[in-house]
Amino acid sequence: MKRRSLFLNTTATMGFIFLYAPMIALVVYSFNKSKLVTVWGGWSLKWYGELFRNDQIIDAALLSFKIAFISASVAVVLGTMAGFVLSRFRRFRGKMLLAGWISAPLVMPEVITGLSLLLLFVAMEGAFGWPSGRGTSTIIIAHVTFCMAYVAVIVQSRLSQLDETLEEAAMDLGAKPSSLFFLVTLPLIMPAVISGWLLSFTMSLDDLVIASFVSGPGNSTLPMVIFSKVRLGVSPEVNALATLMIAVVAIGVIGAMYQMRRQAKLIEKQT
Amino acid sequence: MSTPTGSAWVEGSGSRLAKYNLLNRISWGRFSVVAVPMLWLAVFFFIPFLVVFKISLSETAIAVPPYTALLDWNVDEAFINLKLNLGNYLFLFEDSFYIDAYLSSIKIASISTVLTLLIAFPIAYMIARSKPTTRALLLSLVILPFWTSFLLRVYAWMGFLKKNGLINEFLLGAGIIDQPLIMLQTDFAVYVGIVYTYLPFMVLPLYSALEKMDITLLEAAEDLGSRPATSFFLITVPLAMPGIIAGCMLVFIPAVGEFVIPALLGGSDTLMIGRVLWDEFFLNRDWPMASAVAVVMLIVLVLPIMFIRNSQGKEETV
Amino acid sequence: MTSTSIIEPQSDIIAATSLKDSRLPLWKQAGAEPFLRIDSITKKFGEFTAVDNISLDIYKNELFCLLGGSGSGKSTLLRMLAGFESPTSGRIIIDGVDMAGIQPWKRPVNMMFQSYALFPHLSVEENVAFGLKREGLDRSEVKQRVAKMLDMVQLGHLGKRKPDQLSGGQRQRVALARSLVKRPKLLLLDEPLGALDKKLREETQFELIRIQEELGVTFVVVTHDQEEAMTLASRIGVMNHGLIVQTAEPHDVYEYPNSRFVAEFIGSVNLFEGVVIEDLPDSVRIDSKDAGAILYVNHGISCAPNQKVHVALRPEKTQISKEKPEQAENCIRGVIEEIAYMGSLSVYRVRLPSGKEVRVTQPNTTRELGARLTWNDEVYLFWDVDSSVVLTS
Repeated sequence: MKRRSLFLNTTATMGFIFLYAPMIALVVYSFNKSKLVTVWGGWSLKWYGELFRNDQIIDAALLSFKIAFISASVAVVLGTMAGFVLSRFRRFRGKMLLAGWISAPLVMPEVITGLSLLLLFVAMEGAFGWPSGRGTSTIIIAHVTFCMAYVAVIVQSRLSQLDETLEEAAMDLGAKPSSLFFLVTLPLIMPAVISGWLLSFTMSLDDLVIASFVSGPGNSTLPMVIFSKVRLGVSPEVNALATLMIAVVAIGVIGAMYQMRRQAKLIEKQT
Repeated sequence: MSTPTGSAWVEGSGSRLAKYNLLNRISWGRFSVVAVPMLWLAVFFFIPFLVVFKISLSETAIAVPPYTALLDWNVDEAFINLKLNLGNYLFLFEDSFYIDAYLSSIKIASISTVLTLLIAFPIAYMIARSKPTTRALLLSLVILPFWTSFLLRVYAWMGFLKKNGLINEFLLGAGIIDQPLIMLQTDFAVYVGIVYTYLPFMVLPLYSALEKMDITLLEAAEDLGSRPATSFFLITVPLAMPGIIAGCMLVFIPAVGEFVIPALLGGSDTLMIGRVLWDEFFLNRDWPMASAVAVVMLIVLVLPIMFIRNSQGKEETV
Repeated sequence: MTSTSIIEPQSDIIAATSLKDSRLPLWKQAGAEPFLRIDSITKKFGEFTAVDNISLDIYKNELFCLLGGSGSGKSTLLRMLAGFESPTSGRIIIDGVDMAGIQPWKRPVNMMFQSYALFPHLSVEENVAFGLKREGLDRSEVKQRVAKMLDMVQLGHLGKRKPDQLSGGQRQRVALARSLVKRPKLLLLDEPLGALDKKLREETQFELIRIQEELGVTFVVVTHDQEEAMTLASRIGVMNHGLIVQTAEPHDVYEYPNSRFVAEFIGSVNLFEGVVIEDLPDSVRIDSKDAGAILYVNHGISCAPNQKVHVALRPEKTQISKEKPEQAENCIRGVIEEIAYMGSLSVYRVRLPSGKEVRVTQPNTTRELGARLTWNDEVYLFWDVDSSVVLTS
């Protein structure tokens, strides 16, 4: 039995090394003085300076943040509605259809989603004159569409774990459907809604393929700029950018974990 | 709490709570909660596929947009002319390039899926068997990379795999090889990239299947004379099957249409259909052809997509 | 449920032992060879000692119950017999073979798990056949033995079902069939009836005894349910804090508990603290402040004069009456504080002048009897000199 868990632990540890080694290397080399990415030339922050002087990257980053913020916010509303309908509404015509439509974007190859949305926008422009040209708004629509699917799945799974007697109790105490949702259900699923928003924000910030299809000229998002840079080879500025993003995510995740641990400990103490 | 609409309590398919149906009359709030997301998905998810299908049947034209109209209609002369052009599909099946691209995509996606499964299983198993406190930590270690940029994670491997990259430097320095290995811009690099970026998608469903498994089942198997290795294949694997299927589909389906990984890590001879579509669209500006490629890709993927939806549905009903 | 046996309230213990023949049982025969020998077994988990130097001999065809609360070490002991835990020190010998280093899958032992641990992806037949297939038996034999076993537990018609399509009682029988089909030398049962409802439990108890007698397999049962232990066991080992406190036949465990722990754990009991004032070879006199009287117990104990002891008295062995009884010994007075009418019997809580509360149960042999005594009645409590037991520990 001991030997089996040793084998297991070794392979799993190697799996974790596989997951983290490239990222660690990326971080370390972002502090490299040398322009040659693999030759170590001593510690330096110069690529961070270069990064912040690069207007193209800064503009793209700002655009991406704006798109991600709006997309995530809209996707959370629509996704919560869909997740709610799927888990709390009785069967109606169209529920299966909604279930199918909402889960399909999760597995749909991005090239297909991107192409189909672009062709839709072009066709709509031809038919009604809207959207005239493509840019920020079309990217947002595209991102909302695939992000709401993720939100819906998260909210739905949270709702299915929820103790339904809580909602029954609220009804018993006289809550109408609308106040029931805002006073009881929504606060209970809030963690899922928040993680849905964060996930949507990240996915939107991260998307290259769909944005490339539906964006117009002069509307380069951050991934599009990064892609055009790294296509030509390894770039130390991108290393610096990656390090910043990893740092933000790491701080966020560690902070969230710390918060969760503290809450768990508090609950432990109380019981 | 007996209500005249008592049947609502029974009929709820997902939930025994049908409280939001208690009002028999149609309420606007209730209606819009269903209608808004439905409408959004219909317009921006479903209709686009019809558009893709329509355009795949038209011809390229040097125009804006660069394709011919499918329907010519002239109200004055009351004639409607439907011009269906199957040429794109015929070309798709005549030119071995496209067939090869589909087959190669499926091959690369399948091999990567199996590799991902082999790496993910021990990780998921170890997490499922560890103490609840470490479990949360290990799970977030698996998920953490998922929150960072996909593009940058792929990019990280460029620095690892290239000719003067870290792996070659290390192997040369250790004296294991004399010549740097050519790893970047090969199919191998694509496998590594797919396994790396999709690993969390495999670990999570595997974990949730393994975590549900009762350990006493393994003890029972041992008690009945089964060695640990036998128990693994007779008990653990069958019970993890829903997770294995879900994980494999979550890796396989997007991997088939993957564009970024072959574009950054693959060589010029790495044929993948996502890349073909991209080039068809952005380089050749042949929108109808790109649409035809997309339609066929969708048909190829419909089966696995149905498969995963079915297995998910089953799990929900259980 | 029966009117003849001595009935204790709440738990309805039937002190029926499975002494099937007039011959002395093996454990009473000098020099009998034990089938399972547990030899000074200790199991520690870090600092915590789960099983503390237990030695125990169990004989062939016994149905031995390890009875104890949660954390008493009974399950750990069982898991060591199955081979899932290895003892920190000590030996386990089954049928003359030392089990040290023998993996679970090689032991001549099978276990019925508390959760039943039925493989959810396999049908009833496949579950039962699992162990036989591992032995490499040929198909026809596997099939035949599985069918026979399923018939024996009356599940022949459900062989194709999956475990989740069975009721709790049916699952329990599949688990039993699965563990018996390999014809183990020793069958371990972990809370075998725990998950069943009361009615089913009673049926299954007798079923288990029937199967055990039919197959002649030695059973070791772990349970926290004294009623289950009393009905099933040939002998009971009462466990507490990793130790076996008393090993005896069910009747003896109930009638002659050797300690306060056993007396209180099995059934309910009134304990009177007192001091020994006279210790004769076959009787003791104890001065009890609790009872407010001198108590006589008609058996000898080894104790010193003035030693502090407890007199244990079962509620159903105590008589209650408004009239002064003829006997002078073991007669005390009190006031009825509460009466619980339970149909076949009534439970009285009587407060003694010392403040001590005594529990008395009386069978309602006539319809009126229950009505004769009422709240705040002054009553006499009295009992036979053979009815109580002196406990020194």
